[in-house]
Amino acid sequence: MSPLRLLFLSLWSIVLATYVSAEEVVLGLSQDRVAITATFDGSEILIFGAVKRETPIPTQAPLEVVVTVSGPSEPVMVRRKERELGIWINTEGVVVDSAPSFYAVATSAPFKEALSDTEDLRHKVSIQRAIRSVGSTVEGSQAFTESLMRIRENKGFYTLQENAVALDEQTLFRTALRMPADLIEGKYQTRIFLTRAGQVVSQYETVIEVNKVGMERFLFNLSREQPAIYGLLALLIAAISGWGAAAGFQLLRNS
Amino acid sequence: MNIYLPIAEVAVNAFLILGLGGMVGVLSGMFGVGGGFLLTPLLFFIGIPPAVAVATGANQIVASSVSGVLAHLRRRTVDLKMGAVLQAGGLIGAIAGIAIFNYLKSLGQVDLFVTLCYVVFLGIVGGLMFIESVNALRKSKRGAPPKRKQRGWVHSLPFKMRFRTSGLYISVIPPVAVGVFVGMLTAIMGVGGGFIMVPAMIYLLGMPTKVVVGTSLFQIITVTAATTMMHAITNQTVDIVLAVLLLVGGVIGAQFGTRIGTLLKAEQLRILLALLVILVCAKLALDLLLEPSEIYSLNPIREAN
Repeated sequence: MSPLRLLFLSLWSIVLATYVSAEEVVLGLSQDRVAITATFDGSEILIFGAVKRETPIPTQAPLEVVVTVSGPSEPVMVRRKERELGIWINTEGVVVDSAPSFYAVATSAPFKEALSDTEDLRHKVSIQRAIRSVGSTVEGSQAFTESLMRIRENKGFYTLQENAVALDEQTLFRTALRMPADLIEGKYQTRIFLTRAGQVVSQYETVIEVNKVGMERFLFNLSREQPAIYGLLALLIAAISGWGAAAGFQLLRNS
Repeated sequence: MNIYLPIAEVAVNAFLILGLGGMVGVLSGMFGVGGGFLLTPLLFFIGIPPAVAVATGANQIVASSVSGVLAHLRRRTVDLKMGAVLQAGGLIGAIAGIAIFNYLKSLGQVDLFVTLCYVVFLGIVGGLMFIESVNALRKSKRGAPPKRKQRGWVHSLPFKMRFRTSGLYISVIPPVAVGVFVGMLTAIMGVGGGFIMVPAMIYLLGMPTKVVVGTSLFQIITVTAATTMMHAITNQTVDIVLAVLLLVGGVIGAQFGTRIGTLLKAEQLRILLALLVILVCAKLALDLLLEPSEIYSLNPIREAN
């Protein structure tokens, strides 16, 4: 290799490096709000987009895409049962400071290849890192955090889908995320990371709104804002249906 | 078909809930019990949060009791005065019960306590009822007349009051005490408490059997209505959508239950009910004794909004 050629190559890689960081996400969502109606049965959101760049596709490491959707975070009390006096009762409890109610990660390659551990730590991408647990006093509190993850994974609230993001020509990507029926309301933070060799080269954030609508919205608000009226409404419905049933079957019997 | 419950924040199969309501309705029609003792644990089992199950169960019992009491009023088998005394006690008990419930909830022991209550009360009542009805069945076969009820210590207490419909002249202390006790059970266990009150009325107060069920239903309406209101205001855990589904199933089931009930003899009915109560009790006791498949449980701490 001639010295001139070497110089040219190294220059080229510098140029590349500047352009690599200039790769940007242009995003589309099949829906940016999820409406919880009475017959809400979960939702599948299609997340798709393109990588915008001004230069040819860099060649040194393939582009990977990591998509995360995170529901509202809240503290969670995790309790453990132990056998005491022959019966199983809750004994120790650990408060996990902040755990998302829903968390989904989809990647275009195996997770470890798509994102390095350092970058995972920095951006809190993996399920483990998305949960925050500090200052716990109970010994072995790690077991509590792990069981929280296990329980929510089993219920489909936490998912890690490796190789689930389809990527064409290092430019077009798409993935489908399944949201279960038992969603709680709130802003679902959606993040898209573009990575090369495990390093994040670009990041994009948006929000999917999950809201109750119609009757669900009305009843929920009423129960929080006017609990007395809500309670009376519940009783009224009960009394009327009880009376209606008695009267109705009385009629049937007499006829 | 799935239905999203706005307060419980879970999606459930509508037909499953209708079926549950229907099954409980059949029982309440057959045996004249509210069926709450069965409904609430079944709701836990299908994944309704316990707090919502207890509060909504109370609301559902209001409806089935209204339906039942109207039928009894037409037959004049409700002792309104006795009912009022029981209700006064019931309201006091319900207030105390809600306080206990909320305190235990903060300790994380509410599930255990509710289950223990179920095991203890269902075990005692089911066992007694079974023994009693087996004996009664034997006697009726031998053709011996049922033994006359004894007048015990209950009749030596002060503050006597005359209850015309029941033909009683007794102290108000035992009925108030029974009311308080059952009111607490309503608030904590989400049951009407008929399964405690009916035996208490017969054996403790010595009320004639024909007015017992109607009077018990009359008392249950007030106490469960008060409990519904208190849960709605302090915990916001009454789910109207869940209640309506249970109601529809329950109303239809109750009518079938009444038909089945008329085909069987009273003693046979009581043995069946006793067996059912013992079965539920055994299932709940086993859950406490056997190692659970998941020893961890999650309770999100949601800020009240």
